[in-house]
Order: sequence, then C-alpha cells, then structure tokens
Amino acid sequence: MAVVDTDNILEEEHHHHEPFIAHHFDDAEQQFDSGKLGIWLFLVTEILFFSGLFVAYTLYRIHHPEIFEQAHHFLDKRLGALNTIVLLFSSLTMALGVHAAQNGDNKKCGLYVLITMVCAAMFLGVKAIEYSHKWDLGIFVRSEFSYHPHTAEPFHVSPYLIKLSVIPVLLLVGFIAASFFARASSKVALSKFMGGLAITVGGYFVGVLIGMTFMALTAENEHAQLESPSQAPLVLRALTLDDDKHDDGHADADGDAHADGDHSHADGEDHAHGDSHAKSPDLGRDVGIFFSIYYCMTGLHAIHIIAGIVALAWIYWRCLVVHWRPDYFGPVDYVGLYWHLVDLIWIYLFPLLYLID
Amino acid sequence: MASAEIRNKIFDTPETNYLNHTRGWKSWAFTLDHKRIGVMYLIGVTIALFLAGAFALVLRWHLFWFEGGFLSNEMYNQMFTLHGAIMVFSFIIPSVPAALGNFVLPMMIGAKDVAFPRMNLMSFYLWIAGTCCLAAAILSGYGLDTGWTFYTPYSIETSTGVIFATFGAFILGFSSIFTGLNFLVTVNTMRAPGQSWFKLPLFLWSLYATSIIQILATPVLGITLLMLIAERTMHIGIFDPKYGGDPVLFQHFFWFYSHPAVYIMILPAMGVISELISVYSQKRIFGYSFIAFSSVAIALLGFLVWGHHMFTSGQSPMVTLIFSAITFTVAIPSAVKVFNWLATLYKGSILLNTPMCYALSFIFLFGIGGLTGLFLGALSTDIHLHDTYFVVAHFHFVMVGGTLTALLGGLFHWWPKMFGRMYNDMLGRISCFLVFAGFNLTFFPQFVMGSRGMPRRYASYDPEFQIFHQWSTFGASILGFGILMSFGVLLYAAFYGKRCGANPFKAASLEWQSSSPPDFHNFIHKPILHDPYDFDSQVYDKDLDTYIPRELADPKTVPPRREPVHH
Amino acid sequence: MNWLPSNLFVPLFAQQSTEDIAKIVSEMNNDTTTPMSAVERPADLSSNWLSSEFHFPEAASTFAVTGDYYSIDWLYMFVFWVCVVFFAGIVAAMVYFCVKYRRKDGVIDPQPSTSHNTALEIGWSVGPSFLLIIIFVVGAQGFFDMRIPRDDCEEIQVTASRWNWKFTYPDGDSSAELHLVNKQPTKLVMQSTDVLHSLYIPAFRQKVDVVPGRYTYFYVVPNKEGEYRLSCTEYCGDKHSQMRTLCKVHATPAARKASTQWIEAEYTPWENGERLYKINCSGCHNINKAGTGPAFAGLWGKTENLMKGTVKVDENYIRNSILYPQQDVVAGYGPISKMNSFKGKFTPEQLNYLIAFLKSPAEKPQDNDKPAEGTGEGEKNAEANTEVH
Repeated sequence: MAVVDTDNILEEEHHHHEPFIAHHFDDAEQQFDSGKLGIWLFLVTEILFFSGLFVAYTLYRIHHPEIFEQAHHFLDKRLGALNTIVLLFSSLTMALGVHAAQNGDNKKCGLYVLITMVCAAMFLGVKAIEYSHKWDLGIFVRSEFSYHPHTAEPFHVSPYLIKLSVIPVLLLVGFIAASFFARASSKVALSKFMGGLAITVGGYFVGVLIGMTFMALTAENEHAQLESPSQAPLVLRALTLDDDKHDDGHADADGDAHADGDHSHADGEDHAHGDSHAKSPDLGRDVGIFFSIYYCMTGLHAIHIIAGIVALAWIYWRCLVVHWRPDYFGPVDYVGLYWHLVDLIWIYLFPLLYLID
Repeated sequence: MASAEIRNKIFDTPETNYLNHTRGWKSWAFTLDHKRIGVMYLIGVTIALFLAGAFALVLRWHLFWFEGGFLSNEMYNQMFTLHGAIMVFSFIIPSVPAALGNFVLPMMIGAKDVAFPRMNLMSFYLWIAGTCCLAAAILSGYGLDTGWTFYTPYSIETSTGVIFATFGAFILGFSSIFTGLNFLVTVNTMRAPGQSWFKLPLFLWSLYATSIIQILATPVLGITLLMLIAERTMHIGIFDPKYGGDPVLFQHFFWFYSHPAVYIMILPAMGVISELISVYSQKRIFGYSFIAFSSVAIALLGFLVWGHHMFTSGQSPMVTLIFSAITFTVAIPSAVKVFNWLATLYKGSILLNTPMCYALSFIFLFGIGGLTGLFLGALSTDIHLHDTYFVVAHFHFVMVGGTLTALLGGLFHWWPKMFGRMYNDMLGRISCFLVFAGFNLTFFPQFVMGSRGMPRRYASYDPEFQIFHQWSTFGASILGFGILMSFGVLLYAAFYGKRCGANPFKAASLEWQSSSPPDFHNFIHKPILHDPYDFDSQVYDKDLDTYIPRELADPKTVPPRREPVHH
Repeated sequence: MNWLPSNLFVPLFAQQSTEDIAKIVSEMNNDTTTPMSAVERPADLSSNWLSSEFHFPEAASTFAVTGDYYSIDWLYMFVFWVCVVFFAGIVAAMVYFCVKYRRKDGVIDPQPSTSHNTALEIGWSVGPSFLLIIIFVVGAQGFFDMRIPRDDCEEIQVTASRWNWKFTYPDGDSSAELHLVNKQPTKLVMQSTDVLHSLYIPAFRQKVDVVPGRYTYFYVVPNKEGEYRLSCTEYCGDKHSQMRTLCKVHATPAARKASTQWIEAEYTPWENGERLYKINCSGCHNINKAGTGPAFAGLWGKTENLMKGTVKVDENYIRNSILYPQQDVVAGYGPISKMNSFKGKFTPEQLNYLIAFLKSPAEKPQDNDKPAEGTGEGEKNAEANTEVH
C-alpha cells in the first residue's frame, strides 16, 4: 500500500501551473507524452483509413493485372516524380522547423513551416494540372470513362483547371487584402500571417506553372506516340485502334481515335459475324476501374494535404506570436509527424500508381 | 491518520460539485469536464435507445400477425433498418464506453480529466451530428431501407437516403475513434503514481482493449462508407457488379469493422460485470490476469473472424474453414471470463441488490448468447441457420442481454457516485426482473423459429411461425416496460433519492474516494491507492455513514485486517 | 387501411393444426400479396423439445438425415447438448452460490479463499476446447459435403431477380417453383440479375447466396418426396418477404415432367447456345482446331494455361472470358486478346445457353428429359399441357 502522508493529503487548490500546461496534466512531460502517443495513434488510424484503398487496389490488381500493367501509361511519371521531390523537400523543411521549435527559435521555425506550406500548395498545383489534363482526355472514374485522345496546344488552359483554380484565386486575393488591412490597423503578426498564407496560395500557382511547363515539354513526345501506334502502350492501342481487321489478327490500326459512347447493343444475336463491329468500349471502361482507384487514393491524399496546410497554418500563427519554447513545442512535433505520414503515403502511392510495370 | 476535519472535507457530500459549480446551458454545452460529457452522452444514448426501441416494438407488433399487421413492406424495411442502425451506431457502441467510461475512467486512475478534453467534447458533438444524419434519413422523407449493413449492390440502387445515413455512420465512426484514442492515451500516461497495469480495475482493461479495436477497425469502416458514397454518386465500379465491381468485397470491408465492433459493444460490458461481481461479493476477483488478458485476446482475435458472416456468400471453402476455426478460438477467452466470475461468487458475501441482479442476469443471458454462437461458428449448422431468426436471437442475447443489461447494472452501480443519491432498490430489482423475463420471452422463441427456418427481415411469414412471433411480441412489450421502469427509477433517484455517502457499496477502486457527487476536479485530495479488489482496505465510518480507506479512518475504530493481502 | 388484420380469428397463442393452416393457406391463395407456401407441419410444440424434431423442419435431404454422423441435425443436437450441459452447470453454480453465500443481515463476511489458481484456469481454458475441436471438425466435414457436388448432378439454372425465382431445366423448360427428382443429386447454378439474394430450403438445410456478377452453386440430394418451403434469405428490398416459393420433390423424372406447369422452351439451351455460337463466335473459335481464338472442344472442365497462371474452365471463367476478354488471356493468344468484349450484348440467359453449348460443343448431349419432337412421349406431354391450360 502506498504510504500516505495524511497530514498533507489535500491537493493544494491552486497548482502553480505554467500557462501552457493544461490543468489536468501534472507536468510538461506528461502533457508532451500524452500528445505524442495521441498523435501516433491518430497516425495509425490514418494508415488504416488508407489501407482500405490499398486493399481494393491489391484485389483489383490481382483480378485485372492486364489493366494495371498498362494503365500507368496514362500517368505522367515526370509530374509524379516532381511531386515526390517537392514533398520530400517539404518533409526536410518540416524536420528543420521542428528542430528550430525545440530550440525555441520561433522565427526560424516560422520560416521553415512557411516553406513547408508553400511546397504543399505546389504539390496541389501540379496535381491540379494532372487532374485537369486527364479530364480533358475523358479519363474519369469507371462509369464516366470515355477516353478520347487529342493533343492540346502547349500551355493550353483546360476549363477544368480554371474551375479547380477558382478557390485558390479567391483565397489569394482575400489573403493579400487581409494582410494589407491588418497592416493598416497595425496588427503586425496578423498581417504577417495573412501574408504567409498568400505566399502559400501563390505556391499553388507556381505548381500549376511548373506543371504546365512539363506538359509543354512532353507534349511533343506524346504527340509522337499517338502518331505511331506501334510505339504506343498496348492499352492506348487497344483503346484507339479500330478493329475492323481483327480477323487476320493484326492490330495495325491507325491512330484515328473515335470516342464511341454508344454501346447499347442489347441483343447479341443482332451481331452477325462480319458486321463492322463498333469499337468495344469495355476494355477502356475497365481501365476506368484503375482510375476509380487512382482518383480515390490521390483525392483522399490531396484532402490530407489540405488538412495538413490548415494544421501548418495554425503552427505558423503560433510561431508568429512566439509560443514555442524549449519546454513546449509539442504541437509542432505532432503536426510534423502528421506531415511526414502524408509524405510517406505519397511515397507509396507514387510507385504503386505511376511506376508499376 | 487524518483528522475528522480532513475526513469530512474529503468525503462528506460537498456543497459544490461538478453538477452545480457552474450553471447555465453554456456551462454544459462547452464543458470540457469528462463527467459532464459522460452525463450528456448518457442522455444522448438513452434517447437513441428509446427511439430505436420504439421502432423495435412497432416491428414486433407488426409481426404479431403472420401476414403482417399495419406496416407496408416499405415501412417495415425502413423501420428495421433504422432500428438496427441507430441501435448499433448511436446506442450500443457509445453506450458503455462513452457514457459510463467517460465518467469513471479518469477517476479510476486518479486523474483530473481525460488526456484530451477538447477532443472528448468534439467526440460528443460528432455523435450528435452523426445521429442527426441518421435521423435526417427519416426526416428527409427518403428513409433508409438497406439494413444496417448497407450491403451492395442494393445500397447503390435503392432510392432511399443512403448517402445521409452512411455519412452519419462515418461521422459516428470518428466520434468513436476519438473516444478510443482519448482512453488509450489517458490510461497510458495519466495513471496515478504507483498504479501499475495490474492495479487497474478490470473495467479499464476492457475499455483499453475496446479502444484498441476502435482505433484499428473504425477507420476501415470510414473508408468503406466513403467508397460506398463514391459508388453511389459516381459509380466508381469497386462494389457495383454492373461496372465490374465486387459486392462481396464490400461485405469483407464492412465486416472487417463490424465484427470487431461486436467486441466494441460487449467488452466494456464484460468489464462492468467484473466490477459488479467482485464489489457485491466483497471478494477479490478470481483470476485477475486471466480476465485482463482475455479482454486483450478477444480484441485481437476479433480482427480475424470477420469472414464468418459470409459462410454462405460463396467465398472459397478454404477461407471459410479458416474463419470457422478462428471463430471457435474466441469462445475460449469468453468462457474464461464467465468461469472466473462464477469463481468470484464462491465464498463471497453476496448482496443481491439491483446492480448485482443485473450482473447475474448478464451471466445468464450472455451465457446463452455465447453458447448459441457455437451453432453459428460450426460451418454446416451455420449454413442452415445463417440469416434466420436464430441469428437474430443470438446477437440480441449478446447485445441486449449482454450490453444493455451491463449498462443498466453499471448505471445502478455508479448512479450514487454520479448524482450523490440512492435509488429505490426494490423497484430497481423489479425492473431488473421485468427486463430479464421480458427479454427471455422475446428471444427464446426466436431461436426455435430460426432453426425451423424462419428467415430474418421478413415483413410477413408463414402461418406456422405465428405463435412464436406472438410470444416474442408480448415479451418485447414487457422488456420495453422494464427498461422504461429502470430508467424511471434512476431518474427519480437523481432528483429525489436519499442522499448517500462517498462509498456506499464498500468498493475499493479510486473513483469511490471522491465525494458523491464528485468535485469538479474529481479529487480534492491525493487519492490513496489500493489494489482495486482489496475490499478490506475500506472501513466503515460512522460519522460519515460510508466506507473510507483505512489509512484515513479514525485509528480508534479501525478493525484489524481480515486476511493477509495476497495476489 | 389495414389496421385490423383480417385473420384475427386465429386465436392468440393457439397451436394451429395442419387443417387450420391448410385452410388459411388456401384462403391466401387468392391473395396475391402472400405467396402460397408449403406446409410442412404446424407449429407443433408438443413434440419433445430435446429432440431434433422440435428444432427443425421436416428433413428432406441427405444433409439433414438424423443419425448420419455428418448430418446437420446430428451436429445441431450435439452442440445443443453441449450448451445445455454447460449452461445448466453455470446457472446451477450461480444460483447455488447466490443462495449459500448471500449477505445476511448486512454483515459483510466473505470467507477467505484464494483468488487465483493457475491449474484451474488452464484447465477450464483448455478442457472445453476439445469439444470445440469436435464441433469444428464435424461442422467442416458437413460443410464440404454440402459444397462439393458429385459429378453426376443434374444442373438446373436459377435466375433470381427482384422478387422472383426462375428455374430452367436441362431440357430448356422452366418453372417458377423448383422441381426436383427424389434421390437425384442436383446442382443449381445460380445468378442474380440485380441485387444479392439467397436461396434457402429449410427442409434441405442448405442455403447459398446468389451474387450478381458471378455464378454460385447450390448442391443438394433430396431424399424425400414432398413440398417444401423455398425462401430468399438475403434482404433484397420491398418484397423480400414475398420472394418465397415451393420446392417439390418428385418420385421420378417422368412424374416431374407430367405433373408440372412448364414454361415451355422451343429449343434446348444447347441448341440456343449453338445458334449463338454460330452467329457470334465461330469466326474466331473453331470447334476442334485452334483459330484466331482457342478451340472449344474439350475445353470444359480442363485446366487452361493463361498468359499468367492457370485457371479451371467453369461457368465463371467462361462468363469472364466473354464479358472481359482481356482479363484471362490464354497462353499463346496474348498479351492483348483480339477478342472484343460482349458485355451488354448477351443477356444472362444467353450466357447460360453459351455455357450449355460449351460444355459439349462437339455433339449435342443426349437428354432423356426432353423428348424429341413428335414422339409419343412428347404428345403425352403436350396433352398434359393442354389440360393445364
């Protein structure tokens, strides 16, 4: 049994708590440990959240290996690699930010966190280019999939990209205005904060520009692929070739692509042999399953990036008002762990979706 | 030894407590106090219970006549769906952990609060939001008719409010994750100095095991429901056979969560029973470590048996075989618990008051629920019994006979602590008898009609089953009345009951060392740590009319220790 | 308004006799909302509740035979007795302790006793697990009996759709009830046109889900003539509870043929399949010789080498190859198959015809059930039909 000092048993009414320690914790260490365990557990739930999609990915890859082997040709490896580098770099700056917070250097920490946010936004910018390009080509989820290849002019601005960019534009304008307004009313920290957010949103547009440049550089290449189908990946061929001549078994088709939306041949008996078969859309539609999974995974990941930016903004704000001290930097650490996990998930997504062969 | 002043200060009914130290609705709506959140959760889940219970009674009276009574098929389908969905997601899963657990968990480890109080409050508001989404399925006029399992492709095709409901379940999942995460961290980092893992009350072990399941399984449900929503809105072709998807994959995903969820529902109940049996026998719990580790074993094994919901779905026979084998292994830790509870009764000093009556009913009902699981785990008999009323009866024996009974028992046990007032024990025992008798009358006939081939989810049925349904309907009415009565007894006690002391039951776990009702900070003193099952550590104090730790008692009146403390 | 059920005359808690129920059922036959159901027996509660007759409907398949070591009924009763013994023990101990050790006059006086005993704990953990192993093994054996059909099965195609069953027999006729022949091993090849269903015949103790997008199999050997209930047990929407029909077990194929209201087929599935083959497949697939695609003769049941791995040629493989030709390309024909998908071009029924054809593409199977046109038996059959109409 615990030895009890019964004369001294009453809790002193008012602990002399440090202001950053919540009332229910005994000391800073307990608070930090709790937060750390909490964030690790949270990361476990995040991993399991994604695991459902990874399982779906695995199963459909087992069921339709031919699709998964080919479908990655629709994805731009270079943009994927670029994004990987951006995220890896952001992980580095995040780690540096945590280190700075540990030393109580709020200024440095703020700078690193800001860079991390800009990288995150750049990632989203490149992603927006990727998405809008695919949507231009009719690469949607399974039920909407209608691939119709065409090559766009370099720096062509897709209508989908414009739609995606509406919110960033509004945010950019809003943050810049808020920053000036705050400066006018001499709220320095707020002004800096809004400025930082504006720079972050700017990162999105940098990402868009870089993505466009990449697309322009590779456009020629893509064009060439479509011109000579024998060079094109098999799925592209299967999707684009006209199979009038399937009897002799040679798939030397031209690059003439036609999107065939009409596939409502209900009655098999109507199809006498030798009919000029309408191009079967079904292989294409099964490629759609790959993209269903692709959009689910990358979309969910993008949502996590956005959530990460929000969390980082909170950290950034607390840097500006000088909250971190060597004995209190937990939240920076926790958000950092979260950010590393988001990166890590991308590190898995990139090879699984872009590099499989 | 402490002076009488200090004793009075610590144990006497205080003027300000967590209920009245601040006033106004805002002080409740924005409270971060785990006790208030627990009480609000309790009110919430009780409303959910009455709502879903009312649905159940309507269903039962509809089935009183073999051709169906007064509901259209559509109404019937919506009603059993909402009965199931609200009971599972809004009531049973949060009932014991979020209501009772929230209240007692921090106090059992001598802490002031859970580790993340804001997240705790967030969890409660997510619960409200999720439940409202489920309810919105009714109010929107679309209803919900998929069954609580949302099986594809029916859930993709039906015109009812599946998106609302699945989104509600998704949100409720996060509410559950937050509670589990909070509990895990709290138990890990905030135990009282000197309180080792093996000095935790068994209720905490079971809550800990439950939290592990909540954290590991619930996210999978989350992503599954999101994919279902995507399937319904965009037809992504993962679950929809029309687009090359696999409907059985949905079942695998769904049960990967929902089978462990069964243990989310029953494990905390088992923890409550471990407390009640030992306190009201005044005897150290038998086989502490076996009970503790069996909770963890059940939690872990629970992840490996989800396939036993799909024995008839045409999955590969080999997979089926493995799932059946693992299913049987879950029987062992469950049986271990029951045997240990019985051994605890042996040579105890058994007080048959209301909570103990509920605990004994639990052993009876859970015994039947668990044993009938053997019929369903065995492959060939499951083929015959799957999706019949036998299954319905089996899981109601576990969920209602188990969890609801334990919740009521736990409420009667901790009610004096929560509100500082004692209930009428005789009325409590009568309500317990009504619940027990009504419950058996409701669900025993369902076993027989199930094995005779009555499929579940039928709005009308063959006339030969009518007599069973009639018995069942009468039983359900008695059960409903019994539950109402127990809540009535409790509610009356909360306002008009006799004042009671800090520890009227001579329990030894830490929460009983606070005043009743507790102070806002839980303890105004450093609680004195004993083994939670060392009941001899508490001695009666005449002035306070309650039990207090012997270290603080008046040395002149402290009786000698009854037996040597051994472990 | 249906507030007052019309059948209030059925007394509460009364045990209905066979006659009562037969009367109710015959009255219900005019009521289209409730399907006519077989009556195996009334809610007879007088039989011994410790026997399997109390717990089960009439037994009519080899899986159910009482006394058979593997039978479901035997295992059920075995588990039942295990449960009874354990439960009686638990409750007896509980009640005995509660009476013997109850607190008297509020005096808390527990007697000293140990609080753990490792040998005892291990004993009651390990001891019952032997029983669990027995239950598991017997259950698994029974399960494999129920899942692995014999080779000499009659195959009946089942199409489940909301909220109907359609059973198509080898000779191409179909019916809304299931008609089986006593002692004839039968395999139902089941598919769903919409959502999940599940075919359940309590008297056979057999149940298999019907899953859209694939074939599932229901195997049974009926061993008793009679009429039994057949129901859908996987929730499928509004009229789920009305997706009930009958399963009749006849003495001989001839008796089945004569006594059933058939939906007549003009051609057998094989003939329809051959016609579809000629129209759609013969350009690339020859019967005997490999063409643009593999030959069909000898294909059924063999293990085919694919570009990756192997597969057994069965209903699901054929279906997949027709609907998703790129999925399992046969070795030597890849990597991209030249075949187009026929998804959306064949109805599920036509797929069945093709499968029937592919089972024996070289020659028409001899079918005793379906008499050749113009024979005496056929005329008799036609007579039977005119009587019915």
